[in-house]
Amino acid sequence: MPSTLFHRAAALLTTLMLSGVAAADWTQRSAENMRPGVTALSQDVYSLHMTVLWICTAIGLLVFGLITWSIFAHRKSKNPVPATFHENIVLEVVWTIIPFFILIGMAIPATRVLIHMEDTTEAELTVRVTGSQWKWHYEYLAYEDDNNVGVGFFSNLATDPAVWERPILSGGLFPVGSARSRVGAEREALSAENPNTFNYMLEVDNKLMLPAGQKVRFLITADDVLHSFWIPDFSVKKDAIPGFVNESWAKIPDDAVGIYRGQCAELCGRLHAFMPIVVEVVPQDEFTAWLEEQKAASAEGPDMTPFADLDEAMAMGEPIFQRACAMCHGAEGQGGIGLPLAGTDLMNNSDRVQENIDILVNGRGAMPSFRAQLSPKEIAAVINFQRHAFGNDGGDLIQPDDVQQ
Amino acid sequence: MSDHHEHHAPTGLKRWLFSTNHKDIGSLYLWFSFIMFLVGGLMALVIRTELLYPGMQVVDPDFFNQMTTVHGLVMVFGAVMPAFVGLANWMIPLMIGAPDMALPRMNNWSFWILPAAFALLLSSVVLSIFADGNPPAPNFGWTFYAPLSSTYGPASTDFFILSVHMMGISSIMGAINVIVTVMNMRAPGMTMMKLPLFVWTWLITAFLLIVVMPVLAGAVTMVLTDRHFGTSFFDAAGGGDPVLFQHIFWFFGHPEVYIMILPAFGVVSAIIPTFARKPLFGYASMVYATGSIALLSFLVWAHHMFAVGMPLAGMLFFMYMTMLISVPTGVKVFNWVATMWRGSLTFEVPMKWAISFVVLFTIGGLSGLMLAFTPADIQYHDSYFVVAHFHYVLVPGAIFSMFAAVYYWLPKWTGVMYDRFWGEMHFWNSLLSVNLLFFPMHFVGLAGMPRRYADYALQFADYNFWISIGAFWFGISQLFLLWVLIKACFLKKGEKATMEVWDNPEGLEWTVPSPAPHHTFDTPPIIK
Amino acid sequence: MSEQELEPQHRNIVRKLVFAVVGMFGFAFAMVPLYEVLCEVTGLNGKTNSRAITQVPEGMVADEERSVLVQFVTRNDPNMPWAFEPMEHSVRVHPGEIKAVNFRVRNDTDQDMVSQAIPSLVPGQAASHFKKTQCFCFDQQPLAANSEQIMPMIFYLDPALPKHLTTITLSYTLFDITDRVNGRAGEVAAR
Repeated sequence: MPSTLFHRAAALLTTLMLSGVAAADWTQRSAENMRPGVTALSQDVYSLHMTVLWICTAIGLLVFGLITWSIFAHRKSKNPVPATFHENIVLEVVWTIIPFFILIGMAIPATRVLIHMEDTTEAELTVRVTGSQWKWHYEYLAYEDDNNVGVGFFSNLATDPAVWERPILSGGLFPVGSARSRVGAEREALSAENPNTFNYMLEVDNKLMLPAGQKVRFLITADDVLHSFWIPDFSVKKDAIPGFVNESWAKIPDDAVGIYRGQCAELCGRLHAFMPIVVEVVPQDEFTAWLEEQKAASAEGPDMTPFADLDEAMAMGEPIFQRACAMCHGAEGQGGIGLPLAGTDLMNNSDRVQENIDILVNGRGAMPSFRAQLSPKEIAAVINFQRHAFGNDGGDLIQPDDVQQ
Repeated sequence: MSDHHEHHAPTGLKRWLFSTNHKDIGSLYLWFSFIMFLVGGLMALVIRTELLYPGMQVVDPDFFNQMTTVHGLVMVFGAVMPAFVGLANWMIPLMIGAPDMALPRMNNWSFWILPAAFALLLSSVVLSIFADGNPPAPNFGWTFYAPLSSTYGPASTDFFILSVHMMGISSIMGAINVIVTVMNMRAPGMTMMKLPLFVWTWLITAFLLIVVMPVLAGAVTMVLTDRHFGTSFFDAAGGGDPVLFQHIFWFFGHPEVYIMILPAFGVVSAIIPTFARKPLFGYASMVYATGSIALLSFLVWAHHMFAVGMPLAGMLFFMYMTMLISVPTGVKVFNWVATMWRGSLTFEVPMKWAISFVVLFTIGGLSGLMLAFTPADIQYHDSYFVVAHFHYVLVPGAIFSMFAAVYYWLPKWTGVMYDRFWGEMHFWNSLLSVNLLFFPMHFVGLAGMPRRYADYALQFADYNFWISIGAFWFGISQLFLLWVLIKACFLKKGEKATMEVWDNPEGLEWTVPSPAPHHTFDTPPIIK
Repeated sequence: MSEQELEPQHRNIVRKLVFAVVGMFGFAFAMVPLYEVLCEVTGLNGKTNSRAITQVPEGMVADEERSVLVQFVTRNDPNMPWAFEPMEHSVRVHPGEIKAVNFRVRNDTDQDMVSQAIPSLVPGQAASHFKKTQCFCFDQQPLAANSEQIMPMIFYLDPALPKHLTTITLSYTLFDITDRVNGRAGEVAAR
């Protein structure tokens, strides 16, 4: 049967072209071809891709071979008198019919994989994925028999804006050696976990935790514009559409514990390239423990203990600012897509503290609301930081209780 | 009769501004499209400069998005489409033995709308660079998906909407002109099945334009009313649906793809027989294949949106239909190969372009076939693999065929041969650089680099570096064409062209002197 | 001039072509209701019926053999400050059984506001089999400042629901349409 033949051919090629799928850093990732991924579905998709690729390559080589032969053998110096034929019904019918059969042969496995891909039933974990400009929000809705898990968090790019605002690989106009060797030369000094080097643009603050061996269903939606949730290793790509819900799924095998990375695949505005997806797959018992921990934390309610002094508040606020605010307002509060913060009236006039809080909690204009993303204490910390950093002097210490109201 | 015309022939600026002569208007279109090709190319170079290394070095990510958007719009609506309209204006009357286009005054209009439309669109880029506060130019991609272009679009979106309307009106008028000319103004004896294939492909293209350009106009109108008049076609809050926008857009967008490639098929079908010294193989099947491609183009639009969440049956339908398109396209490629087969080939510059068209377009066609497979497309979708695919069909496809056409008919237009040395330089440099530019995009796309990314992860760094080098090389190579054109059109330097120019070419255009006089076929030729 | 001789003939074709152009422009707008109909019939995009089913089919009996898990999830548009949640996060129903579910909304702001809930159902295949006889999403829902309301939704699953669908998720997104209702559409658009 053609499909088993395709499978065998594809499996052979898989071993030839395989790259480390859960590679800790990009020096082990493929830069040439699709990755087979780790789920049964993604490996089916990969085989389909390789099958079609080789058939297309064969057709291409046949056509190019004929053209090349013609260029050499039928050039005027070799063949001064041209033939005069200009049609051949049999030939024309043949080259219409044969491609048709090749297509049918390729359509059969494609249909099978597609039907598999669309089967979202019997999922054990349901996670809602919400895209917004420019971060992902993950909410665990249902797990096994619990239909109201109530755990959720945001996931932001962890690569420091100060790093991507400046080139990290500029070695002159014609650098010697490849990107791999240039970054690799320094790898002894750097940790593979470092979001600014090996996983540049592919590291986040909070990873999406998933259990191995259980079917996970993603409910995908968006807050503002279209986004697209793409994890190549699971062969999951679905558009996130504001107001609508799409679904997709993955079942990661038990032995595929590890970290997988994806990116937003639908143009969503200025920082489209800056909202990666990172998934951490853990064994089922570890996942259950983690989920219980998260549930307990969210049941406790937000931490409202007041700050002891301004230094404590600013120390807490700075990393939050760099992660959640600096993309738009600049690492030095110099502004960008968002308004500047350094030396402005809003930041320095102590009568406008309440307005400052309001904007963070409820949003204003293009500035999104951070009510859902940050706790009152975190918002208070950020406000304390921005009102006293960048040369600002914005009045008294703000406490979590001031934000809560 | 010709006395009457020459009496009134104005000179200087007025000649061009008020011209109703198909050759003058054709030249205007061709020069306009070449300028737009260079402008859009400059934008591509901004993109490639930013992507030379990972990290943001040159422009803001938002300006990067403006560049990708306006590059796409300028290349599609400003370079490729007007180039083929210019070619149609010049060649269709000459090929069918007509004295001019059927509606010459409308012809003048349809051209002169274009510079206004692009001045409007490009003014937003100029403002974005120079005005206080850098108000962004359109930054939502040339596909302007709602709600990024509607609710979230910058103020310049309204400039964009008006300019798209104007481009649409221009294209529709051009299409009406082509249809009327081909229907009514053929020389006696020129039956439909005797039409040169270029005329056939353009006739079918014109019908596609008539059908889909109004749909594009509808889409931009809906974006406009969503922005300013309280409708919610694409806003879920008011009961609309952002996905509806994509259906409407791609109902226009897929036939649009064929609008940009069918005339290229016609050009290549004219050139290969001349230099193979052998008639075109399978003329009738070429006509039918073109027709079937055009019809199928209305049944495949949703293959651009396999990731939006469609019912299984819908995805299967669009997958099968898309695969089916490769059959007539394959027929065309096989016919060109069979035309070359056992011919007596010579490799003048236009033939070189035509052969490289066949080879490189086939690469684009085969990657298109790969994209048809829905499950695989889920991985390819919105990655650089798609960018590689459509640049292969548009650059070494549509644009190489334009180059082939320019070198092929330039002696007829100007009366002098092109500069062979610089023509060869242009060809070889473009051929090598275009592959360095676009082939590695397949690799980074498969490895997972999403398109429209201003910055990327490090595994993509090496290929992106070479892609950018290819882009600069390709950009510089086009200056050779500029020199070839200046030399032939303005300096009139070069070997004098004969009436036939080539070795016994087929077609009525070779029965008039070179350069073609201002008025030709005032008395229709008789076709036996 | 040859041009004038041919003109009536040209005019005929031009008229037809202009007619086609105008028709296709209209077709673009006709795609909007066509798409709506297609969505309702096929469940494309998970749209459920937007008007109440007034007549439950006669003789519909609950299919006791099958039970389907229906999950309810809610979310707010980022500009919507209300609290919005289902009072039951999931129910098990038999196809053909009529079931009522309540949703709670609370407006903690100091302004009277109007909301609109937009439903979206997955898997899309189930959408055309999910029948609502009553739903808060059919109408705009006004709510006074600092008040709370229970909003009911009554539905049944068409017994023709494909057998392999055992879990259905109905998601509501709540939008603030106060400005839109009060005719300040311009402000919404300029957001």
